[in-house]
Amino acid sequence: MNRINKLFQDKKSNILSIYYTAGFPGLEDTLKIAEELEQAGADLLEIGFPYSDPVADGPVIQASSKQALENGMSLKTLFKQLKELRSRISIPVLLMGYVNPMLQFGVENFCQACAEVGVDGCIVPDLPMTEYELYYQETFKKYGLCNIFLVTPQTSEERIHKIDALTTGFIYLLSSSATTGKNLEVSQSTEAYFSRIKGMNLKNPLMIGFGIHNKATFDQACAYASGAIIGTAFVKSLNESPSKKSVTAFMEAFRA
Amino acid sequence: MNYFVDQSGYYGDFGGAYIPEMLYPNVEELRQNYLNIIQEESFKKEFHQLLKDYVGRPSPLYLAKRLSARYNANIFLKREDLNHTGAHKINNTIGQILLAERLGKKRIIAETGAGQHGVATATVCALRGLECVVYMGEIDIQRQAPNVARMKMLGATVVPATSGSKTLKDATNEAMRDWVNNPIDTHYIIGSVVGPHPYPDMVAIFQSIISQETKKQLLEQTGNDQPDYVLACVGGGSNAMGMFYHFIQDEKVKLIAVEAAGKGVNSGHSAATTALGKEGVLHGSRSILMQTEDGQVVEPFSVSAGLDYPGIGPQHAHLFKTGRGTYVSITDDESLQAGLLCTQLEGIIPAIESAHALAYLEKMKFNGQENVVVCLSGRGDKDMDTYMKYFGL
Repeated sequence: MNRINKLFQDKKSNILSIYYTAGFPGLEDTLKIAEELEQAGADLLEIGFPYSDPVADGPVIQASSKQALENGMSLKTLFKQLKELRSRISIPVLLMGYVNPMLQFGVENFCQACAEVGVDGCIVPDLPMTEYELYYQETFKKYGLCNIFLVTPQTSEERIHKIDALTTGFIYLLSSSATTGKNLEVSQSTEAYFSRIKGMNLKNPLMIGFGIHNKATFDQACAYASGAIIGTAFVKSLNESPSKKSVTAFMEAFRA
Repeated sequence: MNYFVDQSGYYGDFGGAYIPEMLYPNVEELRQNYLNIIQEESFKKEFHQLLKDYVGRPSPLYLAKRLSARYNANIFLKREDLNHTGAHKINNTIGQILLAERLGKKRIIAETGAGQHGVATATVCALRGLECVVYMGEIDIQRQAPNVARMKMLGATVVPATSGSKTLKDATNEAMRDWVNNPIDTHYIIGSVVGPHPYPDMVAIFQSIISQETKKQLLEQTGNDQPDYVLACVGGGSNAMGMFYHFIQDEKVKLIAVEAAGKGVNSGHSAATTALGKEGVLHGSRSILMQTEDGQVVEPFSVSAGLDYPGIGPQHAHLFKTGRGTYVSITDDESLQAGLLCTQLEGIIPAIESAHALAYLEKMKFNGQENVVVCLSGRGDKDMDTYMKYFGL
């Protein structure tokens, strides 16, 4: 069984997923940070592979992507680094990035490389559902990879059901239609939206992301989903200090 | 061969809508409505009325006698430079603002490189009383001060794009991010035949007025509505698509698209996308773009800010790949010389973008009989600084 499905089978609440950009702040930091996050209690990792034009990202993740590219990060380099992934950590790992680098690497090559190093799935926000279904789904399945789709407050119910049918890991519920890094302010309408999706009884578990930046917002998200995803807040913390001590301190705030 | 968009939003291998879920409802709303709206009688009436009374269409098709004598062909210039605001860009912004109104949008965003599309957008927003935010690369804001001032005077907010190379590509990224964050009340007026489906088709339809008029004018002037050649410059490719549109299915008409080679195709400072690019995805569609082996987008270069873009629209990629269009490139130097020549022989100062199309005439051989139409997409007022520096005027 895929590590992601196993995780959601074993753990039903308060799942903490952390996003960070591969090759940031230093090119060789990718696995070091993964290890530290696992030790500090992360349940799931989303490792971003950088792209020059990340239109769904706010300034913090844009800057980390730019820095990673300047450091020399590429998919080739990332897969080289990830050869040691499974000798160093055991929690599930997703790769997250934009479609063009994946297309240039070759979708089959990409999926094969993921399977070889022990990556469990990916999130490619600008890969359309139709194209995935028609051209790539078989390849993802062949290599046992989950492909995670996003849902926003504006996503229609019909489309959510379609996403649910295509997804094999979890559904990434965006707290609002926004680029990454806008702080979540839980309003009545956000709660109504979370409740609405929760009430749809989808086959896939839900994870809430975008804007989760402290314990309070993490807890709010966990009230409606299996867990939550933290990205910008962690990348910001790496910006301030990438030391193991600060990674641990960052995580403690959520695990308290 | 079909050269137009199919049911699923593709032109052969190119096109589609590679967008994050946050943009899906907006783009889907457009996709479901654009053709119906454009075909409504009230829309058509309003669109054509504005093109006539506000933009000043039809733009003349002018037989340039001295250029004709020089090149030994009948050279016709399609005078988009005479449009209100000085370029073809306004054909599209008029169409899109009327469409945005019918979709109930209250706020308009746009990207701009040289500022021509930004000015054309700010103009129609002033005309219709809608809020307007234009994203423009920080470097372009410095290079194009007069257009920034025009946009501000028209009531637009000009927001500097400070990410990446701080030029057109980054302004487009910022506009897309704005749209992600404002999913309900905002319409994004893309300025070229790029972006997710249905944008490339929608912008091409609005710009197709260029070739529609050209056919009629050629028939009146020569007794034949089929030219031998049609030439236009290509950045994203909106004036070229407008110029080609009604000739595409007529394979006797040769279509020539002129890209910007910058300092030379292999100089490392170029925007010659079909020569240097590979298939990939940028700004929501699958097309041809300049990129590294790892799929990172390469920064383009051209003296002309309007051609300084690392991709081309998906329909152009299809015309290129099928061989229906011939894609060539012209250097900075060649374009500036052609701009000067057109000025001195015809008394028309072309935009440097349009001068790229004119420059390719030097490389063609004619027998004195051919009818050749060149899209003079914009006027050169905005480029006077560059011309003055280059020629020491």
